[in-house]
Amino acid sequence: MTASVENVLELHGVSRAFGAALANDRVDFSLERGRIHALVGENGAGKTTLMRVAYGELQADAGEIRIKGEQIRPARHSPREAIRRGVGMVHQHFMLVPPLSVVENVVLGREPLRRGLLDLDGATRGLEEVSRRFGLGVDPRARVERLSVGERQRVEILKVLWQGCDVLILDEPTAVLAPAEVRHLFGALRGMTAQGLAVVLITHKLDEVCALADQVTVMRQGRVVAELAGDAATPAEIACAMVGREVPLQVSRGPRGVPDGTEALLCVEGLRVARAEGTDAVAGVSLQIRAGEILGLAGVEGNGQRELLEALAGLRPAAAGRVLLGGRDITRLGVAGRLTAGLAHVPEDRQARGLVLDFSLAENLALGRLAEFAGPLGLRRGRLRSEAARLLAAGDVRPASPEARAGSLSGGNQQKVVMVRELTRPGLRVLLCGQPTRGVDIGAVLHIHRSLLDAAGRGLGVLLVSADLQELIALADRVLVLFRGAVAGELNGAALDDNAAPERLGGLMTGAGEGA
Amino acid sequence: MTRSELGREAFVLGFSLLVAMAAGSLLVLLLGESPARVYGLLLSSTWGDAYGVGQVLFKATPLVFTGLSVALAFRAGLFNIGAEGQMMLGGLAAALVGAALPVETCAWLALPLAVLAAAAAGALWGAIPGALRAFLGAHEVINTIMLNFVASALVLGLGHRVFLPETTHTALVVEGARLPSLGLAGSAANLSFVLALGAALAVWGFLSRSRRGFELRALGLSPGAAEGAGVRVRATLVAALAAAGALAGLVGCNFVLGYKHYYEEGMGRGAGFMGIAVALLGRGHPLGVVLAAVLLGTLSHGGVAINALVPKELVDVLQAVIILAVAASSAVFSHQVRRSGP
Repeated sequence: MTASVENVLELHGVSRAFGAALANDRVDFSLERGRIHALVGENGAGKTTLMRVAYGELQADAGEIRIKGEQIRPARHSPREAIRRGVGMVHQHFMLVPPLSVVENVVLGREPLRRGLLDLDGATRGLEEVSRRFGLGVDPRARVERLSVGERQRVEILKVLWQGCDVLILDEPTAVLAPAEVRHLFGALRGMTAQGLAVVLITHKLDEVCALADQVTVMRQGRVVAELAGDAATPAEIACAMVGREVPLQVSRGPRGVPDGTEALLCVEGLRVARAEGTDAVAGVSLQIRAGEILGLAGVEGNGQRELLEALAGLRPAAAGRVLLGGRDITRLGVAGRLTAGLAHVPEDRQARGLVLDFSLAENLALGRLAEFAGPLGLRRGRLRSEAARLLAAGDVRPASPEARAGSLSGGNQQKVVMVRELTRPGLRVLLCGQPTRGVDIGAVLHIHRSLLDAAGRGLGVLLVSADLQELIALADRVLVLFRGAVAGELNGAALDDNAAPERLGGLMTGAGEGA
Repeated sequence: MTRSELGREAFVLGFSLLVAMAAGSLLVLLLGESPARVYGLLLSSTWGDAYGVGQVLFKATPLVFTGLSVALAFRAGLFNIGAEGQMMLGGLAAALVGAALPVETCAWLALPLAVLAAAAAGALWGAIPGALRAFLGAHEVINTIMLNFVASALVLGLGHRVFLPETTHTALVVEGARLPSLGLAGSAANLSFVLALGAALAVWGFLSRSRRGFELRALGLSPGAAEGAGVRVRATLVAALAAAGALAGLVGCNFVLGYKHYYEEGMGRGAGFMGIAVALLGRGHPLGVVLAAVLLGTLSHGGVAINALVPKELVDVLQAVIILAVAASSAVFSHQVRRSGP
């Protein structure tokens, strides 16, 4: 070990099995001080398992863990021990108590005392100091439930830093962030490494890796398959290592736009959707989707995209305005009525809205389509089973077994189940699609993109809500931007093909006006 | 439910029985008796002769109904703690309708009317908390518990008008409204047990084969996904608790139409709450509910016999240990299943 390179975290030959499945197979990993080290791989490659072993949340079956040169006995390892030695982890799903303030959340479990009483003021001052030092921009007095997703994440990071950690493990930190928040986070991470901290970034977004990481470790099926220097790695190279074969990173599409005079399938006129507090989540949106058109909808999380999609699907009442499907007014119809009328919905939260995780795949494919399987003696299970097998094969779902429990599938395959169910609905005319590739691995992303383009090719109308601007630019004929519940602008045709399209969309998303 | 799951459930139940018997043996030894003798007597007095079998079935019948009631609501994601009250009102309704009919009413008319009255009263008592939950978001646990008290007060309050003078029971129901005895050596077992088996079969068929049953299960497992698939959430919630109430209301058949032929204050008390334990032991499956009800029925009747050797409260201990062991071991086993996945 030289003076310039110090490994703050080293794993040697770490193995960990879940039942018969080997999640980590003799993995070596080392993290240097002052570096951002990306750990990439598809869902199920073993990234999170490896880091949970390092953090002491899971015990390794074999292997060695060293933190700052000191070997840790696996049986003794625990998150408490990891934090004591300066290693902290921020999980993908936040663990905060929303009604409490930031400072209360941060001190929870290790409350500072002063003369025997809880010393929140002292902690607040300490947090302000840490927040300023690393440019996190978090107000310790704010209540967590009022914070945006990006701010909540910085609270989690603040918590780890306040506990004195100088090694941060971040699990998929950008999965739910808007571009501006991603930039803010990355700026903060850069600042931390400049001050000698070290960061492990678990992700599967390749452009992020290339933009930020000093070192890249690629995992596949529980093993390390490549170690690259961050500045030398290209997305194509990393993707190839992740998947184990050459993968095209983007689907190719024909020219944008549909011919003038094409029939408008879905017309939304002055739609308003109220929030529980009485303010408008969607404040008078009008749009049209024509046959064969993919209309993209961009916006920073919380600007009404979700509410708009749910209102169109019949899950939220419209406070004002009209929705017409093929000329028929469906504003007053519920979910079931809209499905019958020719609408389908791929919900943003596939685990809570799209699937019943404890149901089999066959049962999930029957959700909302029971009429097709009803017989005089109740559900025709034989028919359901054979139809399910056919759909699963057509949808490229793995495993293609109708009896498999939906919850046992990877995120990508779960999404394929929802996609194939919605896209094969009888009488389908318009597909509403929310965040179709969030948390989905590369192979499945391509499949999903292709099926959306195919759907448009078949003459369906598609409304695509996505936080991923590249996805919108790759797929959409036109992109509308929502800001504070209203349409802030639109990009189409050549403007979307232009290299400046992401910047222009980003400008509209933050209310700065086009081109800002 | 797949075969391996079924095997696991059977294993849990068998294991729990063994644990309970071991604990019971210790207790018996402490009391200075021989476990073999006590268990022998418990078995011979229940499954040893026709009368014993009949009494077991008689005691199991209300538990099948209330167990199904709790289990059905549970599959919709609801906790029905109100089977006790639903059962009281069902029994009272059956007795009142059965007694109000003209004496010469034939069984083909009188019986369905009395049985329907029991189910309808229970259904009403279930639909109220169902509607409160569906439309106001008021939690059904609180409301079903509270409605038990209301039901109890209602029976007493109505008592002045409906009970025979100087008694706490109603008039006898007409001949036609009486369920025939199963003829098991003079035991109280009556056709209600067959009705209960029919109800279990119906619930099973409903849950596994029907559209509404499918939607109800989807709602219980994932309300969001069910709503997204177009299930009418509110209607399903109300219907589920109403159906659960109807099942509990049918307990009235056993005591009123099949045994005493009148409703008496306090009749069958506790069977509603015991339904929660039955549903737990039966793992929410209709077949499991029937088995669990027969098991508890066996303990209940056997307790009377072993009273000659040890205090009959021993069977309460056995019952409690079985329930605890099932609750604990099923938690342990499902934990292991979850751990084996990534």
